[in-house]
Amino acid sequence: MNLNEVSVQFVVNGKKQTVKAAPMLRLLDVLRENIHLTGTKEGCGEGECGACSVLMDGKLVNSCLIPVMQASGCHITTIEGVAGPDQLHAVQQAFLECGGAQCGICTPGMILASKALLEKCPNPSESQIREGLAGNLCRCTGYMKIFDAVKRAGTLS
Amino acid sequence: MRAYLPSYEMKPIRNLTEALLLLKDEPGVWRPFAGGTDLMVLLEAGKLAHRKFFNIWGLKELKEVTVTSDHVMLGALTTYGELQEIDVLKKEFPLLCHAAKETGAIAIQNRGTLGGNIANASPAADSPPALLVYEAEVELVSTAGARWVRYLDFHLGYKRTVMGADELISRIRIPRGNAGAFQYYRKVGTRKAQAISKICFAGMGSLKNGVIQDVRIALGSVAPTAIRCSKTEAYLKGKKLDSHILSQARTQIENEVAPIDDIRSTAEFRSTVTGNLLEEFLEKLSTHVELD
Repeated sequence: MNLNEVSVQFVVNGKKQTVKAAPMLRLLDVLRENIHLTGTKEGCGEGECGACSVLMDGKLVNSCLIPVMQASGCHITTIEGVAGPDQLHAVQQAFLECGGAQCGICTPGMILASKALLEKCPNPSESQIREGLAGNLCRCTGYMKIFDAVKRAGTLS
Repeated sequence: MRAYLPSYEMKPIRNLTEALLLLKDEPGVWRPFAGGTDLMVLLEAGKLAHRKFFNIWGLKELKEVTVTSDHVMLGALTTYGELQEIDVLKKEFPLLCHAAKETGAIAIQNRGTLGGNIANASPAADSPPALLVYEAEVELVSTAGARWVRYLDFHLGYKRTVMGADELISRIRIPRGNAGAFQYYRKVGTRKAQAISKICFAGMGSLKNGVIQDVRIALGSVAPTAIRCSKTEAYLKGKKLDSHILSQARTQIENEVAPIDDIRSTAEFRSTVTGNLLEEFLEKLSTHVELD
C-alpha cells in the first residue's frame, strides 16, 4: 500500500463502500475501477462534457473533478442507481420513448443531469432544460430528442 | 500526460483553526483545496505542480452568509450555485448572480466557490468584474488575526496576489446601497455554457436629468488581472451621453485595457468588443429610468 493512501467511506446507490486509494484519485476512477460501476463514463476528463456526471448528496457534479477524499461521507447516485427494482425511472423511460439516446456515451450523464433538473423544477421550460443540460455534450442526437425526453419525463413522473 | 497520483497528498482538516495552524507551521508547504474545478483539471493534465493540499471543502466556518444593513458577507466556500439562490444578491447584486450563472454549467456551479475563483487569480474568471464594480473586500485570516483587503488591491499581477503564505480567504464583503442603479453584465465566450470568457464586462451607473452621476466599469480577460476602468469612469462622470461622448469613451476604454492574443481570442478582437460592450452598456444606461 502506498503511504499516501487513505481509507474513504461513502454510500453509492444506497450501499456503503470503503475504498483505499490515493486521496486525489478521481471519484470517476473509483466508481469504475474499484467499485466496478462502469455506467459512469469518461469523456473529456476536465469537467467540460458531463459524461461522468453523478449526483453527490443530491447535487449534480462531474466525477472526474472530485478527488475521492472529498466524497467521504457522501451519498452518491450513479446511473446504476436511478431505476427502481422493477421499472425504469421516468427520465429513462422518456429517453427510450423519445429516442434521446444513440451511441449511449453521454446518456448516463444526461439522465442524471435531467434527474437533478426535474427534482428542482418538475415542469421545466425549454430554456430551463437547455440550461440544466448545458454542461452535457452529445455528438449524436443533435439534442432535440433529449430535450423532448426531458419534457416528456416531466409529464411521466 | 496524467499526474502520478501517489506523489500527491491531501490532508483532512476538521476546522478553520486547524487549517490556520497548518499554514502557520509550514507556510507555503500546504495549500487549500476547495471545490477542485481548477485544480483537478490541472491534475488530470499533469500540470499541477504543487503536491501537498489540505481539504477545506465542507469547513462550515467558510460557508456562512451574513446580511447586515450595510453589507452582505459571503463565506469563501459559497458556491456559484448557492450565490444564485441568495435573495439579497438576486435583488441588489444581480451582476454577481449573473456571473455565477455563466460560470461553467450546473455541475461546475455546484463545486466552484467564490473564494476559489478569487484565489485562483485567473484574469479570465467571471466573478471578479462584478466584485470590482461592487467594491468588494476580501477577508484574509491567519493565526495572527484577520485583515480586510479591498478587492481592487488584491491582485498584484498575473496570478500574483497580496495573500501571505500563511493566509486563507475567509469571507467576501460587499457594501449594499445599489438599489435603483442600472446594472449590466455581459460575458463573451465561444458558446453560452462552459466557455472561458474572451471578454467579460460588468458595469453599474445612474443618471440624473440625463447626466451620468455615478458609473463603475470593470472587465475580465483584457489585462493580466481583472481591471476597474477608472479613467473611463472619470471621463464619463458628469457627462450627457451623445454620439461624440460615446466615441470618446470608447477610445478611452480601448486605451485602458491591455489585451493579448491567446488560445481563446486576439488582442484586436478583445479591444474592439470591449468598445462595443461599453457602447451597449452606455446606450442601455441612457434609457434606464432615472431615480428621483
